[in-house]
Parts: sequence; structure tokens; C-alpha cells
Amino acid sequence: MHVIKTADHSTAAAAFIANGDRVRWHDSAIWFARTKRDRASHGVPEWETLRELASKIKLHTMSRLDEYLEQFEANATRLGAHVHWARDAAEHNTIVAGILNQHGVRRVVKSKSMLTEECGLNPHLESQGIEVTDTDLGEWIVQLRNEPPSHIVTPAIHIRKEEVGELFHEKLGTDAGATDAQYLAEAARRHLRAKFLAAEAGITGVNFAIADTGGFVVCTNEGNADLGVSLPKIHIACMGIEKLVPRATDLGVFQRLLARSATGQPITTYTSHFHGPRPGGELHIVLVDNRRSEMLGAGDFRRTLNCIRCGACFNTCPVYRRSGGFSYGATFGGPIGSIIFSAREPRQHKSLPFACSLCASCSDVCPVKIDLHHQIFISRRQLANLGLVSFSKRLGLRVVAAVLARPWLYRFAGSTARLALRISPRWPIYNRFNIWGRQRDLPPPPRRTFRELYAARKKTPPLPYREG
Amino acid sequence: MPSSKDHILQLLRRNRPAAAELPMVAHAWTTFADPHAKFAEVLELVGGRAIRAKSVDDLNQHLSQLPQYAVAKKVVSLVPSVGTNNVDLSTIDSPHGTAVVDVAILPGEFAVAENAAVWVTDRQVPFRVLYFLCQHLILVVPADQIVDHMHAAYERLMQTGGQPQGSKDGRQRNDFSEPVFGAFISGPSKTADIEQTLVIGAHGPRSLVVCFLDPTS
Repeated sequence: MHVIKTADHSTAAAAFIANGDRVRWHDSAIWFARTKRDRASHGVPEWETLRELASKIKLHTMSRLDEYLEQFEANATRLGAHVHWARDAAEHNTIVAGILNQHGVRRVVKSKSMLTEECGLNPHLESQGIEVTDTDLGEWIVQLRNEPPSHIVTPAIHIRKEEVGELFHEKLGTDAGATDAQYLAEAARRHLRAKFLAAEAGITGVNFAIADTGGFVVCTNEGNADLGVSLPKIHIACMGIEKLVPRATDLGVFQRLLARSATGQPITTYTSHFHGPRPGGELHIVLVDNRRSEMLGAGDFRRTLNCIRCGACFNTCPVYRRSGGFSYGATFGGPIGSIIFSAREPRQHKSLPFACSLCASCSDVCPVKIDLHHQIFISRRQLANLGLVSFSKRLGLRVVAAVLARPWLYRFAGSTARLALRISPRWPIYNRFNIWGRQRDLPPPPRRTFRELYAARKKTPPLPYREG
Repeated sequence: MPSSKDHILQLLRRNRPAAAELPMVAHAWTTFADPHAKFAEVLELVGGRAIRAKSVDDLNQHLSQLPQYAVAKKVVSLVPSVGTNNVDLSTIDSPHGTAVVDVAILPGEFAVAENAAVWVTDRQVPFRVLYFLCQHLILVVPADQIVDHMHAAYERLMQTGGQPQGSKDGRQRNDFSEPVFGAFISGPSKTADIEQTLVIGAHGPRSLVVCFLDPTS
């Protein structure tokens, strides 16, 4: 499975931020996506109405997920699709490999699917001698580099064009030193079209599945999902059980939000609706739980099941932009990944909810109104309850709690600290016990405290406020 | 041991949250005074081009001026009287055989103004891959078949055909009642996966022209 084992987020991030130029480039490249999202969303006057509706539709769906899944299965089956149910990643992989082996398939093309990434499908199929080609250009680039994606929408966002040029020179024989995106993409087009034409089966993810029709929707800009499943006869669609919407008409809401939130496009280039197999073809839909049912019962964290994987929370996150996708060490990181994976595997991913400044920007951009920053806060509390918060953090918080509960101590500590900061040399303050101070200096202490300013203000009332 | 389906459903029922109401999707959505103009503006932004033709002759005139059409060797047209078809699809028995097509002129059912998307299906084409595998795509849409936004688009697709008596099971028929492939296509194939630099023509068509044909023609 594509999981990078790391000690914790900040250790992994330290390696990434060692290269200041790369961090600045990464930060601005991803911020560019955020600005495109802003422009697109501001162009839709009813944006907030759409977000509210999307959130309500998803919350309703989750409150009846069992019924909607059964309805979806019945309708999909009526249309001629084969519906499979998988409890976990292993069962999912076994089902997919089983279908492929049954048809003697040796070459598969796959479009982007975070679910198959979560399940580790590629290594499983490869271990059985099946060649899997990821056909989204970004995913193909990271596949050629033997890396996982670093972002859920733009998997190769961490790679510079010079590096793509070197990679393609080595693997595809393009000109050495080539950095022109048009030239490199053209080379990829040539190679991948040959893969599409040679494939014996196509695998896709699912963006939305529709309970009342039994169909599902796959969104791409490149057209790779459509090429991958319109040439070979076998189409396998893998979806998490949370991807459902009750009615086809609900898609109007989600389609208007998804691409605008992801890349600032008014809609993805291709928004494909699959209802049943094509004539002479075979369609398999694999419904995967892999602990989503557990999340449904996990109180606050239930809302993470609303997620439509647009990546907007990644693009806005000041920590993600400056630490990169790999620093999270999970299938995916960013605000949403921090919540999902620390809830699932608290021991392994206990540092993720702390890779956050609680700035709440993620909650503001989320198209389905997941209260991300609040959930990150709750995650921290859960980790503390599980005893998974480090000693230094616990000690620090205990000291702060004690001080804040005693006004006299607060006043005393404040004046002592202000004095100490003014007269003390650096070493008693900035040493190895002050983790916070490793990359930061405290601001210079103010000459007058808030309390003093307030007392002075009460003595001489300020002039009445006047416009202008 | 219960089946995986029963196991998952059991877990979901056990963890079922409190009931939450399903909202009606209704609002005074933004509409456009001139939906064709909005469509053309957005299509240009996403790398495509819109053309308005008064008649089939007019449309053919427009086509002859398109450089991608002028140099095309293999042309498939599935729109009657539009363009010069020189590929006999009836002799091709696998979708792979269409990989040689330079220009495909295919029908679009209706257009969506807000995002320059055109709804296409595999009902009128023998191989749905034509929409994606050709080098250049030209979609012909009846000019009066345009809606303002995606809500109207899905309402249109879910409209029942009004002929339930024709069906064996008495179900109402809509666009998704039978096995069908349908897609919204907005612009040519594109990618920005190399340093967010936009490249038109990723794997699919390198260009898209949408022709609105006046219905009186």
C-alpha cells in the first residue's frame, strides 16, 4: 500500500520545508488554485444556497444510507450492472482481481480514484501479474516515479516541470532537458493512447452515485475515464458507500459546486453518466465500506462522509501549502484527511490534527459545509482522551489551564513574562524545551497591558465616534 | 457468517443517525437574458468555440473554414447533411477501429448556458468512444435546445416521457430508465497536471466546436 511511514507531521514537514524555494513555489502554485476557486464561486450569486442544499442533501442521505444503497443496487441491477459489496480494502481488491482474472485480463487502465488508492489496489493487481496504468496525467507521473499522489485533485502538484522532463526523458525517451508542458503532455498523450487501445478492462472511481436511477457519474478533464471504459468491454467502478445522492436532480447542486471548488472551472470537461453496461459490455460496481459505516456512528465525524473530494480545503490550508501532501503520511492529508485518518487510526496518525492553526479557512471554502476546523479541534480532544497527546503538550496545557483559572496568577505571570522578555538573554526562552520558539520569536512585549489601557480609557472617555 | 452486503447494511442501520429532512432543490437560480451568448463566452474560456448557423448550408460553410476540418483525412459525421463523412462505421466492428478519426461531427441533445456544457448520449452513435477518441470534435445542437443552468438540465433529463403504458413494468420513463451512456462535455480535453500549466488536448479531442443550428432549417 502507498503509505509513507513517518514519525509525525512536523518531522516529515521539516524535510519538505528545508528547501525554501520549493516551499514558496508549492505554496503559490496551490494558492493559485484557491484564487481560481474564489473567482468561480463569486460568479455564482446563489453559491451559499448551493452549499446549504448540498450539506442538507448529504446529511439526509447519510441518515438513510442503508435504504439508499439498497435502492441504488436494485436500480443498477435492473439496468444490467453487477453490484458487489466489500467490507474492507482486502475484500475490494479480491473482488476486482477476481473479475479481471475471470476474464483473463492482463492490462488494465484506471482513472483517478482515491478509493483504490486507499485500498492499495495497484500493488494487489500487480502482484497477480496484471499491469495497471493510471491514466490521469498527474497520477501517471507519480506512478512512473513510484510515488503516491500528494493531492486528491492534482496528484503531481509537488513535482516541477523540470522533474517531469527528466522523468519522461528517462521513461519515454523525450528530449533531454525538455520542460515545455505542451511538449511533455503530447508525449504522454501518445503513450497513454496506446495503453487505452491495448487495455482489456477499465477501472474508474465514482464521483456520485444516484439512488433513484441506479447510475453513477465520473468527472474528468482529460477524458481518460471515458477512453478507459469505452474501448474495452469491461468497466469496473469502485466507490465508497458515501458517494450516493438520492435523486438525479440533486446532481445539479453538486455539479455546480464540485469543479468550481476544485479548479475554478464552471464544470469538468467530461461529466459522464453511466447507466448500465454498454451494448455487449459488462459493468461492475463495487460498493466499499472500509470503515465508513463506523464513521457514520462517530458523532461529529459523521459529516466527513459529506466530502465530495474537491480538494478546496487542501488549497486553502496554510499548513498543507507549506508542508506538502507527503508530510501527512496518510492516503491523503490536508484538513479532511487529518480528520478521517486520525479518527480511523489514532495511534498512527495522532499528529495530523495538530498540523493545523485552526484558522477555519477550510470550513469557509468547503462546498458541502463540513465544519472541518471544528472537527480537527474535536479530534485533538479525542486524542487527548486516548492519552495520545505528547507529554510536553499536556504539561503546557495544564500550566496554561492553571494560570487562566486564577486571575491573580495570570496578572503575576503576565508582568513577570513581560519583564523577563525585556531583560532576559535568549537562551532561557529559546531552548530545546520551547518547541514553539524553534522557528519563531515572540513579539516584543507591549509597554502597557490591556488592563492598563482599559483603566486609562475609563478615566478619560474617548471622543464620540464620527463617520469619516 | 452474513454476506458482506448484510454485514454492511447491519452496521449502517446500527449507526444510523437521527433523521434529517431531504430538501427540495428549488431557488430563483440565475438565468441569462441571452443564454447563447453566455454559452459562447464560457466555452471560449474553457478552450472551445461556439458557432451559430442559420441553415445546414450555412453550417457547412462554417465547417469549411475550420482549419482542423480542412486538413482532416478521416471524417465521421453522424449529423445528416452536415460535413462530408468518409468513414464507413458499418465496416468497423470494434470501437478501437475509430482511432483513426480526425474529425467527428456528432449530435448534441441540448446545451447548458452557465457552464458551456453539451449533453451527448450513445443513443445516436454506434460507438460512444467517438466523442473522446477523435482528434477534433464538432457537436451540432439544435439552437432552441438550451437551458440556463444545471438544475434545468437534470430536470429535463428526469422528465418522464409520458408513455408508461409502453413499458412492461409500468414504470415512468426518463432519460436514465434504460441502459444509456450520457455526458456533459464542456470544451476540449485538457490537463493542468504539469505545474498547473494548461494544456489543451490531453488524451481526448484537441479542439471542440459547438454549432447551434437554427431549428427552422
